[in-house]
Amino acid sequence: MTKKSSIILPSTSISRRSALKGIAAAGTFAAAPGFVRYAQAQSSAPIKIGFQAHKTGIGAAYGRWYERTTTAAVKAINAAGGINGRPIEIITEDDGTDPKRGAEVVAKLATQHQCDVVYGTLFSHVVVASAPVAGELKIPYFVVSEGYHVASGKLNRYCFQPGITDVRSQVTAMAPWVSGNLGKKVTMIFPDYAFGHDHRDYFTPAIKAAGGEVIAQIPIPPTESSFTKYFPQIPAETEVLYHVMVGPAVLTFVKELGEFYGSNKPQLFGFIDSLEAVDINSPGLEFLDGSHFWEGCPRYTQANDSEAMKAYRAAVGIDDNGAAVGDPKDVSTAAHMFGCWETLYVIKQAMEAAGYQGPADRAKLVEATEAIQGFEEGPEHPQGDKVFDGKLHQVYGHQNISKVEGGKLKVVHRTEIKDGMYEAEGDYTQQAL
Amino acid sequence: MNIGKQIILHIAVIALLAALDYVLPAYHQGVFSRIMVLAVFAMGYNLLFGYTGLLSLGHAMFFAAGLYGAGLTVYHLGWALPLAFVAGVGCAAVLALAIGLLALRTTGVAFMIVTMMFAQVLYLATLYFGQWTRGDEGIVLPQPTRLVEFAGLHFDFSNPVTRYYAALVLFAAVLLITLGIVRSRFGRVLIAIRENEDRTRMLGYNVFANKLAAVVISGAISGASGAAYALLFGYVGSTFASVQYSILPLLWVLLGGASTTLGPLLGTVLMYYLVDFSSDVLARAVPDWNFSYLGVVGIALIVLVLFFPKGIFGTIRAHWARWLP
Repeated sequence: MTKKSSIILPSTSISRRSALKGIAAAGTFAAAPGFVRYAQAQSSAPIKIGFQAHKTGIGAAYGRWYERTTTAAVKAINAAGGINGRPIEIITEDDGTDPKRGAEVVAKLATQHQCDVVYGTLFSHVVVASAPVAGELKIPYFVVSEGYHVASGKLNRYCFQPGITDVRSQVTAMAPWVSGNLGKKVTMIFPDYAFGHDHRDYFTPAIKAAGGEVIAQIPIPPTESSFTKYFPQIPAETEVLYHVMVGPAVLTFVKELGEFYGSNKPQLFGFIDSLEAVDINSPGLEFLDGSHFWEGCPRYTQANDSEAMKAYRAAVGIDDNGAAVGDPKDVSTAAHMFGCWETLYVIKQAMEAAGYQGPADRAKLVEATEAIQGFEEGPEHPQGDKVFDGKLHQVYGHQNISKVEGGKLKVVHRTEIKDGMYEAEGDYTQQAL
Repeated sequence: MNIGKQIILHIAVIALLAALDYVLPAYHQGVFSRIMVLAVFAMGYNLLFGYTGLLSLGHAMFFAAGLYGAGLTVYHLGWALPLAFVAGVGCAAVLALAIGLLALRTTGVAFMIVTMMFAQVLYLATLYFGQWTRGDEGIVLPQPTRLVEFAGLHFDFSNPVTRYYAALVLFAAVLLITLGIVRSRFGRVLIAIRENEDRTRMLGYNVFANKLAAVVISGAISGASGAAYALLFGYVGSTFASVQYSILPLLWVLLGGASTTLGPLLGTVLMYYLVDFSSDVLARAVPDWNFSYLGVVGIALIVLVLFFPKGIFGTIRAHWARWLP
């Protein structure tokens, strides 16, 4: 961005574009009787947060609940005085859960809407495609994705994931419990693309370190709509079947798995990603009774919920079953969407620490975010306390393992933060701002 | 006489695009950089669909071949950008030659299905070899790898102005090449094949060889677009190999006007802004109606086929300017 081509725009000369802008700015200044008023408006104008939303496409169910959570968090923050006394304004753009459109949307939020930061992306491919734009435009980009992308060290200094843990941390934290409580011999069934590969690559060594082993890995091509032919590949000695299927075919997957095993099944361990926004009591899912799932944040009300958790659930508008209040069929994406709530409070914390006034302070905002070391459990972080790695731009936190009992998900184990920590592969603070 | 008008028109379009850089706001400057690169993709598609009459439903594979050919050589092998660009175009051309040799054994609907299936193979291959491609998630080309030093000058392709002019140079080159092809004897043979393949064969032309050449040139141009997209925008991912990116160039060409040299640019511009504005307008007008911008694309396709089969430039040529190439 700052380094201009010496043949097209010599860095030492004034370009015609700059000259035109300068003339226009000078004219505006001379003709603007309200310039002082404008300066005052700057200090009380809303903080504009660009929301890159999956309103349509494969991530639409997540997008709907991310938007509701965002609205609730902004309402709470603004009611408490906003950020540095300035209210938050959310500017939403639909990315269609598409990487190309995602990158365009980040550019639009930054340069057309003049947002202060961009936030809210979930799907990993959209995050990775959008990251170069954020880096080039030097606009802080706060994602709520759980992918192992920011933490891989391969994005750039303007990308952060401070509100939700990444998949590597999640599987690393849970492997010891799986090995100790469900079984040592694990067969993995996963989608044959990056999300599934992350599970394969990080769970396999983690379960080995915990005394277990992965005895078979069964990748499923993303074009499959029936899975019966893959089930005979599951070794008979399998004690735990680890499944992370996602997308519309997951109901077929579970139904066919039930038909294959009948009542004599191994222990099942899965990621709730498969069934986010899906009623666990849907016809065909009876086979999951007694199985275990990862949940970032519990869908169902738990007996030991904190006051902060109760307040968060009420603010977002979900009932005891994790569905929209007044519409039990509208099931939330509770395991992930808390990340939106917490990320917005991280943005608030970092902006206030940086004394953020406007886009000129974006570099200070990046440094202030990097300086954060962790978060206490409370109204701003209802999911629990967390440790933030400022060099890696990634947060670590607690994971929940829940069991399907009586048509509900009950948390049976909560990992420690240290269980999910790993050696960082990058240090963004070494990159120039 | 016509050649003079045609050259003036095309030079004027290129000059207009160069001038736009000075007046467009930052957002639209970035948009036009993308549009020019994608219009190259559409021009490549148009050469096969518009001028030769071969409807491919798998052109995403050529775009993706360029994208990965350029992106992976930069990311894994550390190649310089010009070499990576050539690698991308080369990958697409070789792939087009192989696909052409097989797919041109079919015609009509079978050609559409075969090209779509080959594209699906490439798409799944990008997922399967995730160790190198990171599959659907894709890879980012780090900013330092997108620098070129030449004769003491340095070009940073993450710089919006440099990127704009790089896209313009590519667009202008492909536009003029397309104009040259269309006006050449080879171009007229392609049109003859489109109009009546049997008669062209009876006249003594080697139809298969000419169609194969059209597939290779079309694939190479589409690959050039993919390579430029990777190097200018810094992202390589399997979504660009999916069927959606085989349909989009068809749509852009239909909207602007098939078998017109400038139709692909106009179609790409209009469709981009239709998607961009419709998202804003629909969000404001019917906030509770979660209407997909892809729905806008679908409706546009239906309206075009039903009411404007020749597209905008095709209609203009039919009624007012028969000299348009």
